[in-house]
Amino acid sequence: MTNMRALTGNEAGAYAIKQIDPDVVPAYPITPQTELMQTFAQYVADGVVQTEMILVESEHSAMSAAVGASAAGARVMSATSANGLALMWEIVYIASSSRLPIVLAVVNRALSGPINIHCDHADSMGCRDAGWIQIYGENPQEVYDNMIQAVRIAENKNVLLPVMTTHDGFIISHTVERVDVLEDDQVKKFVGQYSPRYPLLDTAHPVTYGPLDLQDYYFEHKKQQAEAMKDAKKVILEVGAEYGKLSGRSYGFFDEYQTEDAEYIVIALGSTAGTAKAAVDEMRERGQKVGVIKLRVFRPFPAPELVKAISGAKAVAVLDRSEGFNAVAGPVFSEVRSALYRKSDIPVSAYVYGLGGRDITPEMISGVFADLKSGRLHEEEAFHLGLRE
Amino acid sequence: MALNLKELSKKPELLSPGHRACAGCGSVIAIRQALMAVEGPVVVGFATGCMEVSTTIYPYTSWRIPYIHDAFENAAATISGVETAFRSLKKQGKIKGDMKFIAFGGDGGTYDIGLQSLSGALERGHDFLYICYNNGAYMNTGIQRSSATPFCAATTTSPAGEVVPGKAQFPKDLTAIVAAHHVPYAAQASPHNWRDYIGKVKKALAIEGPTFINVIASCFRGWRTEPTTSIDIVKMAVETCFWPLYEVENGEYKLNYKPKEKLPIEEWIKVQGRFKHLLDEKYKPLREEFQANVDQEWAALLEKTGDQVQKVAV
Repeated sequence: MTNMRALTGNEAGAYAIKQIDPDVVPAYPITPQTELMQTFAQYVADGVVQTEMILVESEHSAMSAAVGASAAGARVMSATSANGLALMWEIVYIASSSRLPIVLAVVNRALSGPINIHCDHADSMGCRDAGWIQIYGENPQEVYDNMIQAVRIAENKNVLLPVMTTHDGFIISHTVERVDVLEDDQVKKFVGQYSPRYPLLDTAHPVTYGPLDLQDYYFEHKKQQAEAMKDAKKVILEVGAEYGKLSGRSYGFFDEYQTEDAEYIVIALGSTAGTAKAAVDEMRERGQKVGVIKLRVFRPFPAPELVKAISGAKAVAVLDRSEGFNAVAGPVFSEVRSALYRKSDIPVSAYVYGLGGRDITPEMISGVFADLKSGRLHEEEAFHLGLRE
Repeated sequence: MALNLKELSKKPELLSPGHRACAGCGSVIAIRQALMAVEGPVVVGFATGCMEVSTTIYPYTSWRIPYIHDAFENAAATISGVETAFRSLKKQGKIKGDMKFIAFGGDGGTYDIGLQSLSGALERGHDFLYICYNNGAYMNTGIQRSSATPFCAATTTSPAGEVVPGKAQFPKDLTAIVAAHHVPYAAQASPHNWRDYIGKVKKALAIEGPTFINVIASCFRGWRTEPTTSIDIVKMAVETCFWPLYEVENGEYKLNYKPKEKLPIEEWIKVQGRFKHLLDEKYKPLREEFQANVDQEWAALLEKTGDQVQKVAV
């Protein structure tokens, strides 16, 4: 049974947290995340959740308190954007290496500087190698669905890694869309009770968190984290399928739209995938065989699955909403082309777009398809789409 | 439990021996004494520093109680997360009983990089005790200057040279800064007066809300003294009134100890290698400036506490 609401991306996120009812939520305001936590704060003020919020004095302390609360044995969620995530960065690594299943909503915003409050993916891409699972959401419905699934994925005993669920700042965070929500008890049952394995608060069984780990063990511990990230793939699919049975909306690593017979495919994250679908619809009407892959799970990166999905195409374009500063292209492009190496020789064309909230339109994406078709490929260096000359 | 050595000697050690701190380390003594005040379940949080690296070298730990080290600047924020988790789970009936929370940080992790985190946790009113083990420099990284380093002390980043006589500034008054948060309890202590110090820890743990103790802890490596004098040297800091023992309880200042005869600061300076350069005749004005500062701070404290000594009631 579902229940239809009109919610912004941030409200959808807050509603998911309300239904999950975590034990502790540390929070600090930052545009465009602020509404998410202030909507949730109202749930706390109204007594509809059990959650204790910690209204910290910085995002660094938000993540630090999240680490403390999670190690103590609490289910912990929080949210941030851009510079807030950058300020957390040091502790983001400590959360994952301590194997704490914290769930963090990242409302994507360009990183300073120059200061800008609008969407790009520089913030979450900046910690793509921090040992967190990353799930990108396209719209308010996915914000809601991903946060609920993230709890189960993070807490799975074969995973025990923190999860970042993201949605595009303003474009999704502040846009009202239809969201089908589950009943409170359905969510409660789906996420279940959290049973931490080594809680600090179990004083009868004292444990030491955060020891000094030198040359003789650090390397092995990093390998264990990497193994957990690999193991997370199976869990992500299981949870996505189980969630599908509950809600009618199943989730995998990525979403394929009109790709079955597609000659040309665009790969994008987040809200741009929706724009690309509109472009595909319009081009399909004109008989063009084009499709979109919306990459949902960026960490762990679903390399073989993605290669399989695109290998029938004649050419692929990757749209990155962050600059790689590596003089080649953005992070999604690097992963995709690396995944294809010696598996397929289809060309991959690199685009960087939408930095600092620069708009992307269906026409621009149609232009990308036109480039692919006519062989105007950007394989050595990304083309900056929508850049003013 | 009565506060006497016979009783204390029967208490189980919560920090087990075998850790890798230096022999004669004043900080270990300060931490061990604090733990003697603990009764019942406790969780300890640590800032990065000497005590953290020397007590938890994986796969070993000296901690017989739950312990968390997160990073350098966030012991207060981290323990506030632990404490909030406890409150949340207790409210939900998922955990029972009472529990205490103590965060430890050195002066670098407290006066400097951790000040914001500490201030935030104090303001939010978490139920925890923060103990700053203050050895007056970044000893873990090799004796660098902190904002707790005494005037004119030579450190590796404020060395005494041909033209610069060590650290140029007086230390910030962190205990007053904490007291300005209007927390229920803030105090200064020294391990040489264990009865006063352990009494303060017991008192702080019994108080609901954020409490703070700034305990002087000698570091013979950084102070350029002998490891055998670790206790004598902090006693001298108190006898010269460089490090007064006092409490601020609900805004009321109480003096816990007054030297019979206030010793000149030179008595403390001259036994530490970090001040060796100051004994040169050309630095007499700096010694006088140091003494004037101690006198002024002491007079200001007496103004707030009154002349009456009030021992810590346990």
